[in-house]
This record gives sequence, structure tokens and C-alpha cells, in this order.
Amino acid sequence: MSTTKNLYGRRLPGYAIATAVVLTAAIGLAFFFAPIEADQGFSQKIFYIHVPLAIVTLGGFIFGGIFGIKYLRSGESRDDLRSYTAIHQGVIFCIGALITGCIWAKASWGQWWVWDEPTLVSFLIIFLLYTTYQPLRFSIEDPERQARYAAVFAVVAGVFVPVNFIAVRLAAPLIHPRVFSNSGDSLPGDMRIAFYTALIGTALLFITICKYEMSSKHSRAQLAALRRSIGGESDEPNAARRAAPRVAVR
Amino acid sequence: MSTARPPSTLSAARTVLYKELTLERRAPQTLTAMALFCASAFVIFHFALARNEVEGALAAGVLWVTLTLAALLGIGRSFVADREEGGLDGFLLAPAPRISLLFAKAAALLIFLLIIGFFAALLFSVMLLGPTPDGAQWASLALLILLADLGIALVGTLVAGIAIQTRARDLITSILALPLLIPLLIAVTKASEPLLSVGGGTLAWRWLALLGLYDLIFGLLAYALFDYLIED
Amino acid sequence: MTNTEPAVVCSGLVRSYGERRALDGIDLTLEQGQTLVVFGPNGAGKTTLLRVLSTLLRPSAGDASVLGSDLRKEGWKVRSQIGFLGHQSLCFGDLTARENLRYHAKLHGIENAAARVEAVLEQAGLSGRGDERVFGYSRGMLQRLAICRAVLHQPQVLLLDEPRSNLDPAAIEQVEPLIGAASGRTRVVASHDPAGGLAEADLVLGLRNGAAVLLERAAQATTEQIRELYR
Repeated sequence: MSTTKNLYGRRLPGYAIATAVVLTAAIGLAFFFAPIEADQGFSQKIFYIHVPLAIVTLGGFIFGGIFGIKYLRSGESRDDLRSYTAIHQGVIFCIGALITGCIWAKASWGQWWVWDEPTLVSFLIIFLLYTTYQPLRFSIEDPERQARYAAVFAVVAGVFVPVNFIAVRLAAPLIHPRVFSNSGDSLPGDMRIAFYTALIGTALLFITICKYEMSSKHSRAQLAALRRSIGGESDEPNAARRAAPRVAVR
Repeated sequence: MSTARPPSTLSAARTVLYKELTLERRAPQTLTAMALFCASAFVIFHFALARNEVEGALAAGVLWVTLTLAALLGIGRSFVADREEGGLDGFLLAPAPRISLLFAKAAALLIFLLIIGFFAALLFSVMLLGPTPDGAQWASLALLILLADLGIALVGTLVAGIAIQTRARDLITSILALPLLIPLLIAVTKASEPLLSVGGGTLAWRWLALLGLYDLIFGLLAYALFDYLIED
Repeated sequence: MTNTEPAVVCSGLVRSYGERRALDGIDLTLEQGQTLVVFGPNGAGKTTLLRVLSTLLRPSAGDASVLGSDLRKEGWKVRSQIGFLGHQSLCFGDLTARENLRYHAKLHGIENAAARVEAVLEQAGLSGRGDERVFGYSRGMLQRLAICRAVLHQPQVLLLDEPRSNLDPAAIEQVEPLIGAASGRTRVVASHDPAGGLAEADLVLGLRNGAAVLLERAAQATTEQIRELYR
């Protein structure tokens, strides 16, 4: 039987350590090394948290869509689990991106929410869409159908993301100059180092959490299977409806 | 011995479409509900906005929000008869190409949306719209209604196909369809704004392009994914 | 043109829902023109077996074929050759019987659809009420209409889930040439009637919790064995 470590937990300790190291470095760089921005002051530092969160969120959703396609073609529950985890964590990171975006908006313009920032608005719309993922899964009882429909959703939503960005950007007034619009391009060298470190750290954090979640689910499923084979059929409350995918124990 | 040969996609789609339209004609629930909804919505907007007339961006918003929410009614009904009376099984048992169901359902929804779209636009121009659009603007508006309804029909059929198999059909339909329709709404309201303004304006090509892109992308998505929704 | 291949072949057929196996490894071979009667308590898998053979459900594992066509790979071919009768009539209440049947005829690509529809309506005794909307039908009439729908395209194999439910004795006699042994077709029938089912069977399958606990030639099976299934 494949162990959790082989299937999902490969190099998990390594990722965890790398995450801790890089994130610590990023925080250090952001707060002590990078210069304070002229216009916005210290509060601009939230940029080093907000933008990496946003970028990693998008990455998560796109991977969710890719694994969705893989699942539709292969039918392997492993791909469904990957798709689910990527989207699930993506939603959480998206909340983080939205909250930090609000904090930045409050610090910069004195308001908790601004409609003039197309990226922030796009993220809100994407968030509204992806939060339907869990209710959708939960409302389908048959596990195979649940996985299949969730995969269809993941693909549709994944394609939706760029279309949405284009639409919102076209609709935005071109008045407000934004630091974020050219994140990475017009940044001076010191800021760039801090930014990319933060980005890599956030990406590592995402991967680590996903691996952890998948490993944890798989271990729990293996334990349940063992308990079932020892104790008999009645042990596992399989009848309970779940949004999370059933992990195949192989 | 069987004297049958599997029907072509077009033939099967036509058969299902005819069935859909006949069912609606016999028991016109969907169209009636959508029409009544639009009329009530305009009344509500009059009171809620405290205006006798709207124009420009506000007019575009009122019109398209009303049409979108009315569309949700139509989308919700799309697969219901099949689910309740086993019609989906009846289709699946036949050697007809599966994709013809998508074409038929989307076409039926499009027809309903077009009827309601033009009805609502006329009603709106009487009840709430301030400026009077000229011939060219009406023509542009008609084109917008056509393109927007095509997008709504495609997305709606896809969402309905997903939602019908869930235990919370109405809820899932709404929460799934609305975010997906936002880019379409952005394009169509921005495009409608000059058509409904005092002093008039013309259609901007960028919004038509966006609408066209949206329709194309979701059309392709629906075409590629529909089989996975239908087959068990 | 007839060929001599078996009508239905199942090999290790499995259908699961999550961890639950609705069908747990079914093996059987049914020759053309013969009748397989499936017994078993509710939830044993009778309906699931019929739905899998009709291509409404896909097998989770194992193989099955109807008249030589594999269920997974040549589903569309299978659909032309089977007639399925389930618990639902699969007809729309707001359409008339004729409209419903013409709809199904077109979906099956039947030539001379109108004539064929008239013929089955006549045989089932529904001609007189063919232009009434179906929601006004009694359950017996609905069942007869469903039978019409199932045999409309003259399928070689009939998959019948408790076909005689809701039918009075006169109606049963009326539809016998369409779906009974006299029709000459290969039939797979799910039944709750041990004596009656056994009488019309060539092959008997007993299911419990998805597994085949009884598979016998009808001549060797007894009603007692069948009643055992329900205990």
C-alpha cells in the first residue's frame, strides 16, 4: 500500500523548513531592508504581503483548474484531491489578499474599500465565484459525481479568471496611479529583492499547507480503512455528507 | 429487427428544441414568470431610486440587472421538467449525440431570453427610460440584447446542467451564475450607457469585442465540458 | 440477420457509490431469445444492474456487453438495440401520448415514425386516448405508455424493471406480445414474484447486497431458493 509519505507527503519536511526560512527572510527584508516609499509611508509595506498573496491565490486557482482537467481525463481521485486542496487553500489565501487589500486601501486612501482598484475588484468577484465550490460539492452526495462536477467547476472558474480581469480592467477609470500596476517592473532594486523573496516565501507556504492538508486527509482515510477492516462495517460514518473528496486508500 | 439509425446532432437538437418549446407553449410558466418579474422590478426600481426617469449608466444598470435576475428564473427551470419526469433518462437512452442536448437547451433558453429581452426593453422605455433612443440606437440595443442573451444562455445552460444534479438546485444556480455573468454585465452595461443617454451616443467596439469573446469562450467551455455533466 | 453471439455478457461487473458496492462482481451470460429474471430484496442491485446494462450508468469496474457491443466503448450502438422500462415513464406530462412517442421515435431515428407510433399505441390499447395529455393518465395507462416507449424502436433486448406493476390482468394480457416471452426478444426482467418470475425465466439471478448469491438455469431453481433471498 502506498504510504501517505509517498503519495502526498514527499519532501514535506523540506518544504516546511524552506518556507519558514524564506518567509523569515522576507519579513526581515521587507521591514528592515527595503526603503520606505515616498508617497505612502510605512503602510506601503503591506504591499509585500498583499501582492504575493494575490499572485499565489491566482496560481492556486489555476492549478485547481489544471488538476480538474486531469481528473476529468483520468478519473483518479488523487487528481480530485489535488484540485480540491488547491482551490480550498486558494480561497483562504484570497481572503487574506482581500483583507490586506482593504488594509492597504484604508492606509492609502482612508477608505476600507475602493472601486477604482481593478485588481482588488477582480479578486472580489473571483472570491464570490470560488466560495461556491464548497457548497457545490456539499450538495452532491454521490462521491464520483461530486468529484466530476467539482472538476467541471474548477475548469470553468479557471478560464473565468482571465476573462474577468480583462473585463474589470477595461471598465476601470484610468485616473488613479497605483504602485501595484507595475509590481516588479518599476520597483527599485531593494524593493524588488524584498518583493520576490516574499513571493517565493508565500508560494512555498501555499505548497506546504496543501501538501500537509492532502497528507493529513490521506492518513485519516488510511486509519479509517484499517479501523473498518478490524472493527467491521459499522464503524465509519460514511453516510455523512461531505464536501471534501473521498481519498482513495491504495 | 430495428429499422432505426442514430439521428444526426442537428436532427436530435431540433427534436429536443421542439419539445422544449411545445412544453412551454402548453404550460407557459417560465415566460410568464420572467415577464412579470421584469414589470415588478421596474416598479420596485421606481420607488427604490425615487425617480420617474432614469438615463445613461443608471438606466443601463436598471435594465440589465432586471434582465439578468429574470434570466435566473429561466435558467433555474431549464432542466427541471427533465429531472422531475425522467426526461433526461429518456434522452440518454436514445442513440442521439449527447451534445445535441446542450444545443437544444441553450437554444431554448436563448429564445426565451430574447423574447423577454425585447419585451423588457420596450416596457422599460415606456415606464422608466427618460431619453428616447433613435432608430440606430434601438438597432444597437437589439444587437446587444442578442449577444448578451447568447452569453447568458450558454453560461445558464452550463450552470443549470451542474445545478440540476445537486440537492440545492435554486441556490446553486444563483450563486454560480451571477459571478460568472459579471464580465458579461460589465460589457453590456458599459455598451448600453451611451445608447440610453440624453444626447445619444453610439456603440463602442471594445464592448462588442468583449461580449463576443465572452460568448466564444463560454460556448467552447460548454461544448467541451457538457458530456462530463450528462454521462453517469 | 441474426448472429449467434450472446445477448448479454457480464464479467466481474462492479458499480460502486463511494465505498458502497451496488453491484459487486456480476458474471453472467445470456443467450439471445432467452429471459433472465433477477430477484432480490429492495436495494439488492436489481435496478442498478438494469440501469448499467441500459448505459444509463457506467460500470465502475469489470466488463459488460450487449449483442457484442461493449457498454463503455460502443454505448451508442447498445442504445439502439435495447429497450428500457424503469420506474418512471420517461414521458412528459404536458405532452400527449402521441407527441411523447413521436419525440422518442425521432430521438431513435426511426423511419416512418408516425406509422410506428400508431402501431404500438394500437397494440397497447391506448389509441383512443392518444391525444390526451399524459398527466391525466392513470398509473396503469402510464405503464402501458412506458412500455410503448420501450419497444418503439423494436429493440433486440428488453430491460424491464417490474414491468407488470400497476397493470391489471387485462392490461397484462394486452402488453404480453410487446414485452412478454411471446415477443421473442431477449429479456432481462427484475421481478418480485417468485412463482410468476420463475415460470417465464430461462435463467435466474438472485442478488443480495449487490452480490450474485444465486445463478441457475430456471429448470434447476426452485421458488424456495428465491424466497430465501428475501429473508
